Amino acid sequence: MILAVASGKGGTGKTTVAVNLARVVGSPILLVDCDVEEPNAHLFLEGEFGEEEVVGIPIPEVDKSLCDGCGECGRFCEYRAIVSFGEAPLVFPELCHGCGGCALVCPKRAIREVERRIGVVRTMRAGPVTLIQGVLDVGSPMAPPLIRAVKTSLRNGEPAILDAPPGTSCPVVAAVRDADSVLLVAEPTPFGLHDLALAVEMMRETGVPLGVVINRCGIGDDRVHAFCAREGIPVLLEIPDDRRIAEAYSRGRLIVDALPEYRRLFEVLAEKTLRSVREGVGE
Amino acid sequence: MKIAFSSSGDDVHSPLDPRFGRAPKFLVYDLETDRYEVVDNRRSLDAAQGAGIQSAETVARSGAGSVVTGHCGPNAFRALSGAGIKVYHTDAPTVAAALDLYRSGKLLEARSEDVRGHWA
Repeated sequence: MILAVASGKGGTGKTTVAVNLARVVGSPILLVDCDVEEPNAHLFLEGEFGEEEVVGIPIPEVDKSLCDGCGECGRFCEYRAIVSFGEAPLVFPELCHGCGGCALVCPKRAIREVERRIGVVRTMRAGPVTLIQGVLDVGSPMAPPLIRAVKTSLRNGEPAILDAPPGTSCPVVAAVRDADSVLLVAEPTPFGLHDLALAVEMMRETGVPLGVVINRCGIGDDRVHAFCAREGIPVLLEIPDDRRIAEAYSRGRLIVDALPEYRRLFEVLAEKTLRSVREGVGE
Repeated sequence: MKIAFSSSGDDVHSPLDPRFGRAPKFLVYDLETDRYEVVDNRRSLDAAQGAGIQSAETVARSGAGSVVTGHCGPNAFRALSGAGIKVYHTDAPTVAAALDLYRSGKLLEARSEDVRGHWA
């Protein structure tokens, strides 16, 4: 069972929902921080990072003695990461997505692939929660390959909660792809509604079942609720707008620990969304 | 000798577009015949990334040996240099004004990019 927590708008509470949910599960669970440009789930867990794995993507290296400047590589590359002006091609490593197509189409076999580092994957153990975190290197714009590397930790079939990046672009798609269900976190404000609608539109393309968490209920209006009702999307949790939640957050504390009266809310959410996890525990 | 100007419009009185990579058009002026053609650069304008490199390819295909533009980033500069195309920066308001400056020898050939890349 893989549950992804995503949102159209940034800063609406994805990480808050993901870490609190992971905390109340109680049985072994993977928490996978796919927000590799700014991972922050670790701030709410007590533990030390253990092993660290360097992640790279394959980029082309041209053997000029074999190249005849035909330009096939540049014509193939969708991203202008390799380009030829009648001589040996120029390579722009930071634009390369690592598909390997240039090496495949080169008739002279003049291109081989070499690894270019883009970031690291780290692991932290905090009780039953195992956090897997991707950290993109500063200056490296290529998030999806690192997100895919982070997600290789999912292969062993353990229940997992994915903390996705915000928005609706490629990194988000890389994160939520192959999730069993997705929680979209939204605030009940005009901005929140606008970006929720975009996220719903994107998610519907994937066909993954959706639920919504409304965070900071009490600010704004009821248009997010009305939108969910109209679209037939269940609202699985409403987190009240409570200053004490923000205070706990600012100290890196979990809602379910700092404010036990909210613990039940997250337990109910876990039961609704991670039912198969519970069943796994019962066996 | 042909020169490519980054242009917002279709004739020499058009504003010189200050951006090389995201210029909507290139006005390719032939100094020998005093004629020009306009090359569309819409594909680079709409590209998610690599616009400067793609624009350099467009200019190279046009047969121009020089580019006159407002600003040029590192990838575009590297690609243009790789194609053997010289780069001249100017803040001239129109293509015609930039052409005058070029003709009177008042533009200096750029030795490097003059703005940072978007990933820097």
